[in-house]
Amino acid sequence: MMEQPTPPKTADTMDKGRSGDYLTVRIGGQLFGMPVLEIQDVLGPQRITRIPLVPPQVAGALNLRGRIVTAIDARTRLDLPKNNPDSREMSVVVEYRGELYSIIVDEVGEVLALQQIQPNPPTLNPAWRTISSGIVRLQDDLLVVVDIARLLDFTRTETVH
Amino acid sequence: MDDLMQEFLTETSENITVLDGELVALEQNPNDPGLISSIFRLVHTIKGTCGFLGLPRLEHVAHAAENVLGKFRDKELTVTPPAVTLILEALDAIKYILASLEQSGTEPAGDDQELILRLNEAAQGRFADPAATSAPVSQPVSEPSADAPAGKKSRKKALATVQEAETLDELLAVLTAAQESETVVAATETPPVIVAPTGIPATGPAVAGQAAAAPSVTPAHDVLQDHGGVREPGAGQSIRVNVDLLENLMTTVSELVLTRNQLLQLLRREEESCFAAPLQRLNQVVSELQEGVMKTRMQPIGNAWAKLPRLIRDLSNELSKKIELDMRGSETELDRQVLELIKDPLTHMVRNSADHGVERPADRLAAGKPEIGRIFLNAFHQGGHIIIQIGDDGRGLNIERIKEKAVANGLTTEAELSVMSETQIQQFIFRAGFSTAEAVTSVSGRGVGMDVVKTNIEKIGGTVELRSVAGQGSTFSIKIPLTLAIISALIVEVAGERYAIPQISVIELVQASADNKTGHRIEHIDNAAVLRLRDQLLPLVTLQEVLKLGSSTVSPQDDKYIIVTQIEGHVFGIIVDRVFDTEEIVVKPVSPVVRNVSIFSGNTILGDGSVIMILDPKGISGAAGELTMRCADAIAAPKTRVRQGDLTTALLIFRAGPGGPKAVPLSLIARLEEFERGKMERTGQSHVIQYRGKLMPLIAFEGYSPDLSHGMQQVLVFADELHTMGLMVEEILDITETHVEKELEGLRADLIGSAIVSGRATELIDPAYYLRQAFPGWFSSTEREATQLTRGKRILAVDDSSFFRNLLAPMLGVAGYDVTSVSSATEGLKLCEGGEAFDVIISDIEMPGMSGHQFARTLKHDPRWASTPMLALSSRFAQADIDLGRASGFNDYIKKGDREALLGALSRSLGQQIGSIEGHA
Repeated sequence: MMEQPTPPKTADTMDKGRSGDYLTVRIGGQLFGMPVLEIQDVLGPQRITRIPLVPPQVAGALNLRGRIVTAIDARTRLDLPKNNPDSREMSVVVEYRGELYSIIVDEVGEVLALQQIQPNPPTLNPAWRTISSGIVRLQDDLLVVVDIARLLDFTRTETVH
Repeated sequence: MDDLMQEFLTETSENITVLDGELVALEQNPNDPGLISSIFRLVHTIKGTCGFLGLPRLEHVAHAAENVLGKFRDKELTVTPPAVTLILEALDAIKYILASLEQSGTEPAGDDQELILRLNEAAQGRFADPAATSAPVSQPVSEPSADAPAGKKSRKKALATVQEAETLDELLAVLTAAQESETVVAATETPPVIVAPTGIPATGPAVAGQAAAAPSVTPAHDVLQDHGGVREPGAGQSIRVNVDLLENLMTTVSELVLTRNQLLQLLRREEESCFAAPLQRLNQVVSELQEGVMKTRMQPIGNAWAKLPRLIRDLSNELSKKIELDMRGSETELDRQVLELIKDPLTHMVRNSADHGVERPADRLAAGKPEIGRIFLNAFHQGGHIIIQIGDDGRGLNIERIKEKAVANGLTTEAELSVMSETQIQQFIFRAGFSTAEAVTSVSGRGVGMDVVKTNIEKIGGTVELRSVAGQGSTFSIKIPLTLAIISALIVEVAGERYAIPQISVIELVQASADNKTGHRIEHIDNAAVLRLRDQLLPLVTLQEVLKLGSSTVSPQDDKYIIVTQIEGHVFGIIVDRVFDTEEIVVKPVSPVVRNVSIFSGNTILGDGSVIMILDPKGISGAAGELTMRCADAIAAPKTRVRQGDLTTALLIFRAGPGGPKAVPLSLIARLEEFERGKMERTGQSHVIQYRGKLMPLIAFEGYSPDLSHGMQQVLVFADELHTMGLMVEEILDITETHVEKELEGLRADLIGSAIVSGRATELIDPAYYLRQAFPGWFSSTEREATQLTRGKRILAVDDSSFFRNLLAPMLGVAGYDVTSVSSATEGLKLCEGGEAFDVIISDIEMPGMSGHQFARTLKHDPRWASTPMLALSSRFAQADIDLGRASGFNDYIKKGDREALLGALSRSLGQQIGSIEGHA
């Protein structure tokens, strides 16, 4: 799949804004790109167990080949309305701080090699700005590059009960 | 060499642990030649091995200690406490060096000249303590110990060889041989468990013969034969395995178990499957595998106790107390991981018992107890769990001091304390920073203790319970799972979601239905759900509300299930919609984002492949909040109060008629009911309702006149064996526990006193008044003759509870007796001294100061009152209590609050008395 040599492993923050291969996903009509190197799996609709009393961005937990994976609702994370329950959602599984997370998206597209990632416009919705490491202009669409670490950063914050 | 050192350290630390125990045993039993030989060999082994490894400092100490022990063995010296102390000191020095070896790989700097000098002096028979120097033992010894010199000889041979050995290979060969002989010698110290290595019946001579026939390890056999083949070598039968390897194996097997469960679940759905037979086989094999792997991790709990005899010995010296340690069930096996985790808490608790619990000999004698205090440890299996009890027969927890400390530390307030039961107050010792020791000693009292103990035990899914009786001692009961790897959990459903509750937390399951068809019904007191379970009111927590889940998938009319659980002395119920099976689950830690939700202790994957959250009842009780727990306190209290003989009373508060809230003792109420007013029928002046197949009279509370044409009516049901009546009240407000004290001036007929409840004066009603209204013939018909007989008879009632005195006086007064009541046995005796005479004496058993038993015994020896019949009134009603009562001189033993029984017993004893008087006349 990869012609060019893999860039040396760097901290998550260093990766942002770098060009490379991205998996395109659609969330609430908007096109997003997730760094392919950070993706472990792409899953179809899953049976998800709800977890009460956790932040609303946490959709629940699912069983991925014997490992328990926390499901994150990308729509809620991006301040978008929830999907209707019968939609066939896809999930992108990533690892963050030694834990597996499955990010629920509307659809999964293709892998694109992205160059010329431009900084976020200052007018971007703050919820989006926190998770985005830049914007790429495609031929007939705009793609928001997702910083996985920042998308999942909230899981470390203390929930208060 | 590293491996060799590691091996040496592991083996030596094991030996040292054994030594500690054996030395203490030797002190108590100084003439046991077997014990002396065994200790000698262990020290010798340590010395021998460290000689090879180039550890001069260790070798010197061990050598000096061995010399002294050698003299013991050869009976040149007598075993005395100072001698044992000296040897123990040497062991401590060895331990210190070993610890340094373990950490840095080298011996610590410095030497032990002073200690070695003393040891050498001792070997010459000169002890620091002059009393210890004494002549050789003169008693005959039952069995000559020929084995030890032989063992020594074989090793000496090996030692000699070492000096001549030139190449490393030679050295290693010799070393192996020597070690082998050492190991066998060490192995002979283990209890004589006979294991036949090849299935040959393991009789002693046969084994010895077999061993002798094997040519390869000659030195070992000399030793064996010297032992006469009585014991069996265990060394060849076991290997050392890295713990991590076992852990990994366990995890893998756990996963295998889960996969098997999944497969079995799939199979259940198939009617006929070609997989059925192989799966059954797999099932069996996996179960065996699981059991086998579990066994590899099992260790006797005695391993965690091995250091305790030494600890107790040192503590008793340090604290000048006499303590005997009684350990039972030390062979009980549990998972080594669990064992490691409870080791420190156990040590801490034993330390506490010795320091805080057991009194000094003089105090014990003064309290009428044997001089030697007893600390006991008991371990046993109970339904998939291990119960470990640690207790002492010391002074028990000092409630007053705990109260002071709790207030001083800002953990609670005086007001809160006043309504707490003793059990609840005792729980404060589990709070952080809590220590009641007056001074910080080197032993305990630093205030970092019981909270850590409790946290550690709860971390592994265990529970700690505390029972303490002033003057009789305290007992902690620890309940821990056999293993941490796989737990049994109950799967429940609420609002369409499934959750697992660890089986260890579940006391029982109750099915409650709206129409009471299961005999259980969820009721509400001021919005707090409660369940009447046997004689207890149980506060309930709705899981759906705690988890903030949406609407339930089952209708409120459907049956609910209540999981009865206990946390820190509070028993409460968790309401769920459905209960499924129990399943074996592997607890997996939750994701970080869930970690601070205290309600979940983990999550797991079920047999059907779905993820399920594991609930932590402790978290639930915490999340359910103050209100529920307050309710729990009040409801849990009556039981405790009765047991502890506390002076507070649980009251049900209600509103009816003019004036403030009214109260009635909870213990007098049979049930709380709500009736449709339309179903009430009128008979003459009163109302009745069909209730449990009978007509029950309904009386309105004095001054309360409800509109009975429509709506629902709240009713308190009072009952005895024959009669049931309902008291109509406006609203049930609360259940609370409080002191009942003041008797009202110019009391209304239906009131027996008043109490301050939540800052308001609350009138206490007399149910007997309403019973008389409902059954006017009750007293007159059944007891008229009795009343004739009893009229004017004088009764002395002794009870420390003013409430019971207030209850007894009017009740017996109505029956025609003339009642004098006093609050203590001493006051009763004063009346006796003052020349008063009574026809019957009724006395409480548990009273502060002089108990009912003592009171009865005293009176039976006093000619003035010896013939007066005595009735015991107690809430304790076990056969043993009754027997004790009778032995003390009570004519009859009546349960507190059982009016019928009391009246019956009164007329019986009076009748007997009259009968006997007539007989004499």
